[in-house]
Amino acid sequence: MRTSLSAFLSGIIFALGLGLAGMTDPANVLGFLDIAGDWDYRLAFVMGGAIAVHAALRPLIHRRAQPLFATKFPAFPASKPDAKLLVGSALFGVGWGLGGYCPGPALTSLATGAFPLLVFVPAMFAGFYLAQVVQARSCVGAPRPGTPRVGATPAQ
Amino acid sequence: MTSSILLPLLGGALIGLSASLLLLANGRVAGISGVVGSLLAPVRGDVAWRVLFFAGLLSGGLLLAWVRPGSFPAPSTPSAGGLWLLVGAGLLVGFGSRLGNGCTSGHGVCGISRGSVRSISATLTFMATGVLTVFLVRHVL
Repeated sequence: MRTSLSAFLSGIIFALGLGLAGMTDPANVLGFLDIAGDWDYRLAFVMGGAIAVHAALRPLIHRRAQPLFATKFPAFPASKPDAKLLVGSALFGVGWGLGGYCPGPALTSLATGAFPLLVFVPAMFAGFYLAQVVQARSCVGAPRPGTPRVGATPAQ
Repeated sequence: MTSSILLPLLGGALIGLSASLLLLANGRVAGISGVVGSLLAPVRGDVAWRVLFFAGLLSGGLLLAWVRPGSFPAPSTPSAGGLWLLVGAGLLVGFGSRLGNGCTSGHGVCGISRGSVRSISATLTFMATGVLTVFLVRHVL
């Protein structure tokens, strides 16, 4: 219950941040990515502001032994970049450059019921699912999509 | 100049605050593709907070549409070609971000904030292909 409330609040703040920052208008995003044209540099400050705040607060948060409503903080594999990471990120960037939407702004904008999002968001979920299927097939012993992985560490 | 970067900075700060709240309260990384995409492979006891985060995004979107409608583009009906472009873009964004274990938020904000080499590599990669795609679409094709 408490984790649901904090997640709900976190989602609201995230969406408001995206909206104020101008990320929910794909014209801004495409203008930011268009460095060869009339480059709109403003969105660089969104990532800058977000990283500044989160990088400053993270060490304070990690002074605690555990999160407020959970037993442990996330652990990250100390692995190097691999092909899966880079290929996936490259494809994501192509889609981002085509539509001007990444997942957060797309889901936030879905609330308006605007027609482009009614097309984009289901396609994005189909993409999420396809990635699961591909990864389940390529990794021996990996969980199949849709089957409960009790005791497994959820992906971030 | 100063005023034009003020809102992006403030919005970014809110995003950083949101990610910090989720980490402090739930011990979770605010990577949108992971938080929401994992709902397609649900794990018992690990569903509610993800649904509520998604609901929070939608509620925030509704709030924005109400108090600051200019946050969103003016309604328009895309052409048939535009529709297929959106389908392709959505598929690539969904597939790529899940395969690459993160998107703009998970890698670009949370990962870079902790100095992760994987996230820095991922962010440089999707920025580069995003820039290249826009360059091809706007200046070559």
